[in-house]
Amino acid sequence: MGHLNKKNPLSLQLNADDFLPASQEEKQSLVIMRDSVNFWKDGLRRLRKNKIAMVSLVVIILIAIFAYVLPAVWPYAYDEQIKYSENLAPFEYGKKELERIEAGEDVFPHILGTDRNGRDFAVRLMMGTRISLSVGLLASVLVLIIGATYGAVSAFAGGWVDLIMMRITDILNTIPDILLIILLGTALKDPLAQLAEQPGFDWMQKLGPNMISIFIIFALLYWVGMARIVRSQVLTLKESEYVTAARALGASNGRIIKRHLLTNCIGTLIVTTTLQIPSSIFTESYLSFLGLGVAAPMPSLGSLATDAVSGMNTYPHRLLAPALMISVMILVFNLLGDGLRDAFDPKLKN
Amino acid sequence: MAKYVIKRVLMGIFSMFIVATLTFFIMNLVPGGPFVAEKSISVAAQQALEEKYGLDKPLGVQYLNYMDGLLHGDMGLSLKQRGRTVNQIIADKLPISCQVAGIAVAVALCVGIPLGCLSAYHRGKWADNVIIVFATCGIAIPSFISSVLLLYTFGMNLKLLPTTGLNEPAAYIMPVTALAIYPTAYITRLMRSSLLDVMGQDYMRTARAKGVSSVKILFKHALRNAILPVVTYVGPMLAMLMTGSFVVEKIFTIPGLGRDFVSAINTRDYTMIMGTTILLASLVIIANVIVDILYKVIDPRIKLK
Repeated sequence: MGHLNKKNPLSLQLNADDFLPASQEEKQSLVIMRDSVNFWKDGLRRLRKNKIAMVSLVVIILIAIFAYVLPAVWPYAYDEQIKYSENLAPFEYGKKELERIEAGEDVFPHILGTDRNGRDFAVRLMMGTRISLSVGLLASVLVLIIGATYGAVSAFAGGWVDLIMMRITDILNTIPDILLIILLGTALKDPLAQLAEQPGFDWMQKLGPNMISIFIIFALLYWVGMARIVRSQVLTLKESEYVTAARALGASNGRIIKRHLLTNCIGTLIVTTTLQIPSSIFTESYLSFLGLGVAAPMPSLGSLATDAVSGMNTYPHRLLAPALMISVMILVFNLLGDGLRDAFDPKLKN
Repeated sequence: MAKYVIKRVLMGIFSMFIVATLTFFIMNLVPGGPFVAEKSISVAAQQALEEKYGLDKPLGVQYLNYMDGLLHGDMGLSLKQRGRTVNQIIADKLPISCQVAGIAVAVALCVGIPLGCLSAYHRGKWADNVIIVFATCGIAIPSFISSVLLLYTFGMNLKLLPTTGLNEPAAYIMPVTALAIYPTAYITRLMRSSLLDVMGQDYMRTARAKGVSSVKILFKHALRNAILPVVTYVGPMLAMLMTGSFVVEKIFTIPGLGRDFVSAINTRDYTMIMGTTILLASLVIIANVIVDILYKVIDPRIKLK
């Protein structure tokens, strides 16, 4: 067959190799073009192509490690007051610590210095990030559960139930929430603190009553947007053929909502929940900044920022660090949310 | 149309009533009273004070009394700022808050809309990318952070701008900037995406095919349609600026209403809390009602329900 390969490069003669019988491998590649693509694979593939979203995801993972893992291995505790080490600048040592260094001991440096009570600021920043991140995540899950259930029930029930339920959200929507949040925050502070002292409510003591009141506030006021989005999704979905088919087969309403409607608007749910996280973080830090957030000695990014305002001229890093952290967190969650929307919810795109 | 307007207005009034009622009862849930913290006065004097302001009556009666006064436009005497009515205090402080918030609204609209257009017009080019980066970052910075950072850089380090009060025009720069950053960034993004959406519509191609000049296309056909989402954002923006002004007023020591609201809560000045909440809430609700009605007027495509 050697002579067949010799041919004039300009000739229009067909390449004889193209007509040889296919090898086993080639046959295989024709049989399986590619793996079947399901919703998740397709979305993840699109997400992986989005550089901005991937970078945001990496940053979020780094922040999560910073907030949840690092404090455990850090040599200082967030509420540990080190004597003679108050108000240190970054990488500065206190009087006692210098003595210990001279005695040949290893003293871990205060990377971000210490605060006015001699607490290591780096670990306080980590704990603050942990609180803010946890509030953001938990509040968003809460909003998701309440909003999605409310929206789905409202759309599914239809008729006057839908009308009344939507009027309620309309009214909640016109109420400026921050005003009520501030009021509720103050009002719930003491009753919850008393409740936390009762036996059986130790877990509340751990979280701090202010945290609970923040969650209650989110649960009461913040689900409106989510409920509306889910409702409009369910309204279009419930007219689809497969829902009619399911109903014809005798599926109960609960089963239809759970198995057909909610699973089909999962893309919207993911996106809206992710975009809810930065707004929860924002609200929490705003409340903490006004002094209505988590209780001392627990730090949150907002309260760290408030504490730093008074000494901002002398210790600017104490203000800059939490400020930067809040902004970066809001930024990356927003960017990830945008990326997720493009990946999982192409309908919402543009 | 008239039916829609009436319905929307009625709903607004009902919302205000809900806000007033909720505020009243939540406020009374807050432990401690306005006169408890004052150690200097005796129990008898405290009771006399409570009697004077009608705080000794049952809660339901207090509520009815307050609502009665409110309907007549009387928000009562401030419990802490002795001898002044809440109406007087609001008349004093509201113009200051409104000035700052109003300028911020103007800045946000005047900067955000052109930036958004510019960005959409140069889609994919460097100008678009720069604007998008700024807008994305602007959304991530809460107003309390931008105000302290501005205060630190321009007020304390560079000593360019006054840090407190509103005594000179330059003093407005920082609070207004701090308040306007977020809405400006948001409007820029909104304007960009809606203009891009409109520019892809068929009637734009038709206009171009007819030979309409590109300036006329932009201003007559594209902008008028693309500006609709921005109009709907004005209501929420106002609400945000009002609440954002709480911290901004606190940080820049501006004697506005926001600062009074926070301090009224801390001192349990019941009438002041009610007065400021109702006022701010009604401002936001009225703005929302107007925007909703305007929206239907501007965009005939939206069906009236």
